[in-house]
Parts: sequence; structure tokens; C-alpha cells
Amino acid sequence: MNTLPALNAAQGSALPVIFMALMGLSLLIYVVLDGYDLGVGMLSAAVREGDRDRMIASIGPFWDANETWLVLAVGLLLIAFPKAQGVVLTALYAPVALMLLGLILRGAAFDFRAKGNPAHKRGWDCAFAAGSALASLTQGWMLGRYVTGFDDRAGALVFAGGIALALTACYVLLGAGWLLIKTEGELQRRAAVWAKRAWPAVVAGLALVSIASPWMSATVRARWFDMPGIIALAPLPLMALLALAALRGLLNSHRVLGKLCWAPLALMGVVLTLSFFGLSYSLYPFVVIDRITLWQAAAADESLRFLLIGAVLTMPVILAYSLFSYSVFKGKATALAY
Amino acid sequence: MDPLILARMQFALNITFHILFPTITIALGWVVLFMLWRWRRTGESAWLAAYQFWTKVFALSFALGVVSGVTMSFQFGTNWPGFMERAGNIAGPLLGYEVLTAFFLEAGFLGIMLFGRERVSPRVHLIATATVAFGTTLSAFWILSLNSWMQTPAGYEIRDGVVHAVDWWAVIFNPSFPYRLAHKLLASGLTVAFLLSGVSAWQMLKGATRPETRRVMRLGLTIGAVLIPLQIAAGDLHGLNTLQHQPAKIAAMEGVWTTERGAPLLLFALPDEQARENRLAVGIPRLASLILKHDAAGEIRGLDAFEGAHPPVKPLFFGFRVMVGVGMLMLIFAWGGWWLYRRSGWLRLPRAWLWGLALMSFSGWIATVAGWYVTEIGRQPFIVYGLLRTGEVAARNPGSMIAASLAGYATVYLALLIAYIAAIKRMAEKSAPLAPASPAALASPASARDPAPVISRTFA
Repeated sequence: MNTLPALNAAQGSALPVIFMALMGLSLLIYVVLDGYDLGVGMLSAAVREGDRDRMIASIGPFWDANETWLVLAVGLLLIAFPKAQGVVLTALYAPVALMLLGLILRGAAFDFRAKGNPAHKRGWDCAFAAGSALASLTQGWMLGRYVTGFDDRAGALVFAGGIALALTACYVLLGAGWLLIKTEGELQRRAAVWAKRAWPAVVAGLALVSIASPWMSATVRARWFDMPGIIALAPLPLMALLALAALRGLLNSHRVLGKLCWAPLALMGVVLTLSFFGLSYSLYPFVVIDRITLWQAAAADESLRFLLIGAVLTMPVILAYSLFSYSVFKGKATALAY
Repeated sequence: MDPLILARMQFALNITFHILFPTITIALGWVVLFMLWRWRRTGESAWLAAYQFWTKVFALSFALGVVSGVTMSFQFGTNWPGFMERAGNIAGPLLGYEVLTAFFLEAGFLGIMLFGRERVSPRVHLIATATVAFGTTLSAFWILSLNSWMQTPAGYEIRDGVVHAVDWWAVIFNPSFPYRLAHKLLASGLTVAFLLSGVSAWQMLKGATRPETRRVMRLGLTIGAVLIPLQIAAGDLHGLNTLQHQPAKIAAMEGVWTTERGAPLLLFALPDEQARENRLAVGIPRLASLILKHDAAGEIRGLDAFEGAHPPVKPLFFGFRVMVGVGMLMLIFAWGGWWLYRRSGWLRLPRAWLWGLALMSFSGWIATVAGWYVTEIGRQPFIVYGLLRTGEVAARNPGSMIAASLAGYATVYLALLIAYIAAIKRMAEKSAPLAPASPAALASPASARDPAPVISRTFA
């Protein structure tokens, strides 16, 4: 594989960088949005049927749209970086297949639990929770494999396993945060407890990435620990730590059940955004770390330009009507009974 | 087993399962919008009941379309990495536009359409419903444009073995696109027409007739009766277009092994790929030439002209006959049913017709899948016709891994298909729905302002 020498040679057009940013942004939005509904899916295994109906009703109007961000992210990978998608998706073949099975199961169960035979409802509920867990775990595993450049050594695999658990914990925390906003009473109190339980795993996971990725990759190490850089970059992890600490403190306060119910989800969004920027800084300009740069992988400029016009025109509109949809369904969610 | 075969089986399984649901949602979105509009206009609660029932079917179909569609977007990369590497400059932007303009639109407004009726004004709700319908159709526009480009590539040049776009207008509106789009949209309309009348027939047979059943039956039969002749005409034009651009596909569909003048239309035959001839052929002399060339003595190029680069004959030959056969049944049942139903004052149909219609509930699926097999297998051995062979772009994953995931998908899809049909049957047989709210109460602006609780899909 060509490495650094080719990097400068092929560098030039700004379009691949723009598309890398768009892909990253879609992935970040996906992780936050589908993260909360996958989290709610996993947590739905822990409650009785009435509460489960309420939890699932709270994500009902949104999950389709949330999942569309994943389609956009993988679409942009295929579209903008055709020479990297083969490497990435071939290496991740098995976890991708498992993730898709998970997503299929949960998406279908979501509808069938309400419309199918009531005798099968429990079965669909299990499929819903299990599918959510499978999708979360495999996404984390893929993230771990991707960050290590698909390294097959035991240490890297353990690392990927750790990320799988950590991302799942992030999703649980997001899900609990969503339930704090959307529910009230006993269920909301339980959501706060779930958030507290997920918190240490989230912190441990972020610590693992921060320590292990520079330890495993010389490229990342050089990025972060060169002298002037380290000072400029220090705010990134510090702010993330601060947000996490604030989140934990808030969970002890009664206000998280009232006026500040939106804060845990928002803080978790901040943490994930900061982590995302940290990760981007570690990897840039690679699409596959130490192997393929984004310029080497990019599609032709005329194709990217044609698509960019569409993206610039539609993304603001998409954001606008997504916000409209959230505003239509603002407030607490309650399920009706037959 | 050969990984290429496995990869193709897996992709074929996925697109086969996937296409079932968009085929329903594309047209059902508009039908549901029509029901909602009728209810708003007339205030008749039967239209609201119809809207509520078919919205549930829409939501279920949409969900299955989404999850299998997400799978498909990944399988482009996992199964055919070479496709994006070589043809991504064309395929990428078309897919990108589909996601940006259509997927987000439908998914963004679906929530409001399904659960927002009591949270937004009637007008906004109607607009949201129309937007979802428009989004599903727009999605068909983009993906069929890409599919058609793979069949009849245009507006491109090849530099260093990679396809580059030179004229986007020519790429999008490539020669087979208008025909394929019309054929697919009509297929979707017919699929929904027969689902509407089939479910209504089932309700009448099972004594589960509801206030809306007779109207939905009329609606289904009317849509079917109007669309089927249009579909036959569109199919004929599509065939002529294919003859012009992909003559090998037509030769395989018609079982024409050697170039001949005045080719017969084969009603039945057993194509023999080894001997390169047909056995037990029963045909109508000269009719194929007449249909395809509009000249009874017209020359049809046979498969001998394309040796080594033509598709397998059996699946095309039989797939085409299944599609046309179902189309003919549709013609009989839609026209005959409409006439009989009208004569009874839109009240009843003979039991035999009801059984026929009930059995044809999913006939649209059979015709659609058979038709897609014809066109997709008919493109082989190419993935982009004449430019890129399927074997060149396949992934090099170990066969065992593909086989294992194939088994996983197959199991899940089969279970979901059974559950889908069972759920529709169950919903159809459920007796009278909950008393529908009066349109006046729902139409009043005051109630629209109060945020009502989010209602789970059970009660949508």
C-alpha cells in the first residue's frame, strides 16, 4: 500500500475533504439520534409491558428518520470514497451483516408487536430489545476495528470488544436521557437510575479510546503528543470530562426529573461531538488509517461537485423539517391502552 | 460453493424481499392520501376508517421497506465493491440524490402522517401525508434512473478503466428510464389495486365486512381496471425499447435461439441451454415478430448472435411468461369484477369472484418479482450492460462467511414475510374498528392546538 509519499502527491481538491466532513457529520448525527432509540430499545427489556408501550411510543415518530442518517453516512462512503469502501466493508463484512440483522429485527418488531397476533407480542418485544443490542454492539465493534485500521492482533481485538461495550453504554445513556425528557413518574425515575448505571461504562470506554489509540498507532501518538499540539488540544478531552462530570452530578439532582430533563441527553451529545472531533483529528487525512488517504479514495471531482450542489440545497431543508417533526411531538409521550 | 454465486444469491434474496414493500408503498401512499382527502371533503366516517386501516398497512410495509433498504445500501459495498470503484462516479450521485431528496423526506414526514393527526392542523397533516407519498415516488425515480443506467448506460466516458459522467441529463434520463419508470409505477398501482380488492374480498367472504369494505373494493377494482390496459401498453413500449438496446434480453425472453424472420410467439417451451434449442414448443406463428417489430415478417436477432454474452434463457423465458400470465389474469379479474360489481350497485360480487380476488391479493408481487428477474437476470453477464461484468466487481470474501450471512438473512426474511401476510390477514378479519372520531372534532383548530399524547402505532 502507498503510504505517506503518495499523500502529498494526490492532495489537492477540497471536495474530498468536504465530503469527509459531511460523512462524519452524518455519522455523528446518526450516533446521537439512533443511539437514543437503540438505547430505548435495549432498556425496553427491563420494564413491564405498559411501560414498554410508552417507551416505544416515545421513539415511534422518529426512528425511521434517525436510521436514514446511517443510510446517508454509508451512502457517502460508497459515493465519495469508492476506493476505500471496498476495503472497509470487506473487512467489516461479518459485523455489518450482524448489525443489519439486528436493525431488521428491531425495525420489523416495532410494527409487528402492535399489529401481529397479541400472543406473539412478547416474542417481538424480545426481538426488539435483542435487535437493538445486536446493532449497538456490532456498531461499537466496527468503530473499534476501524480506529485500529483493522489490525488483527489480540490487543486490537480486545480493544474493539471494549469499544463495543462502551458504545453500547453510550447508547443506553442516550436512551435513558431521552426517556428523562419523554416520560414522567416512576418510569422517569428509573431512567435516571439507568443513566447512573451506564455512566461509569461510558467514562471507562472514553478513557480506553483515549489511552489505547495513541498507544497502538504511531500516527495518532505523533498527532496528540507533539509539544505545541498537546497544549492546543488539551481543551478537547478536558471539556469532555467536564461535561461527563456535570452529567453525573445532574443525575443526583431532582431537577433532572423536572426543568433540566433535557440536560443529560444534551450533555451526552456534547461528549459524543467532542469525541468525534478528537477521533477525526486522530485519523485525518486517512479514510483507512495509515493506508488510504481521502484523496486516494475519492470519487471524481465532477461527480462530487454534482452531488455537493444537492447536498448544499437539501441538508438545510432536511434539518428544518426534522426540527419541525421534533417540535410537533414535543412533550411527554404516553401510550393509550385498548 | 462459488463465492460469486453466493454473493449473487444473497443480493438477489435481499432485493427480492426489498422490492415487495416499495411496490406497495409507492402507490399506497397516494391511495391513502386519496382516502384522507375524501374523508376531509365528505366527512363520511367510512373513508376515515379506510384511511386508518390502510395507513397501518402502509406503516408496516414502509418499515419492512426501510430495514431491507438499509441492508441493500450496505450490500452494494459488501457484495459488489468493484461496482462503486468502477461505476461509482455515476451510481454514487444518483444514490446520494435518492437519500437526500427522497429518503429523508419520507422518513421525516412519516411520523407526522402516522402519529400527528391530532397534533397538527388537518391541512398540515394532509400535506405531510402528500409529502410522504411524493417522497416514495421520488425515491422510485432516482433508483430506477440508476437501474436503467445500468441497463442502458449513457452520458459517460471511460478514463483509466473508470466510468466518468460527461452529461448528467443524459445519465439520469437514459434511454430505458422513462419506460422502466412508467412500468414500475403502474406495477405498483396494480399491486395495490389487487391488495385493496383482495383484502376487501376476504373480508366479505369471512363475514368481516366493515363500513369501508365496499368502497375499498370499488376503489381497488377501479384502479385495477384503469391501470391494467395502461400497463399492457407501457409493457409493450418497454419491450420495444429493450429490443433496441438489449436485443439479447429479448431473444432470451422469447426463446429465439437463431435469428429468424416471422418468429412465433411461444406460449410454452422448455429451453435447453446445452442443445441451444427449445423442446415441446407451442407457439402462435409470426406473433412475436408482429409484437416486437409490428411486422409479421420482421427479423428477430437470435441468441446465436450473442454467444458468450447473453443471459441464461430459462429464467427469462419463464419469468416473462409468469409476468404476462399474471397480467392477463389481472385484466380478466379487474374488468370482469368491475363490471359485475357495478351491475350489483357496488354491493356484492359472486363468491367465486371474491375467492378469485382474494387469491390475487398478492398477485402484484408475483408479477413484479417475475418482471424484475427478467430485467435483472437479462442484464447478465454484465452489471453495467456492455461495460462491466458482474464477476469483475464481486467481493472476495470467503464463501463460508457469505453462506452464513445468507442463511441468516433468508431465515429472517422468510419469518418476516409470513408475519407480514399474517398481520394483514389478522387486521382484515378484526371486526368493526373503534368508533371513529367525528371529522368536526378533529378538524376544529382548537383541538389541533392542544398537544395530544403520542399514540403508539397500535392505535394509529
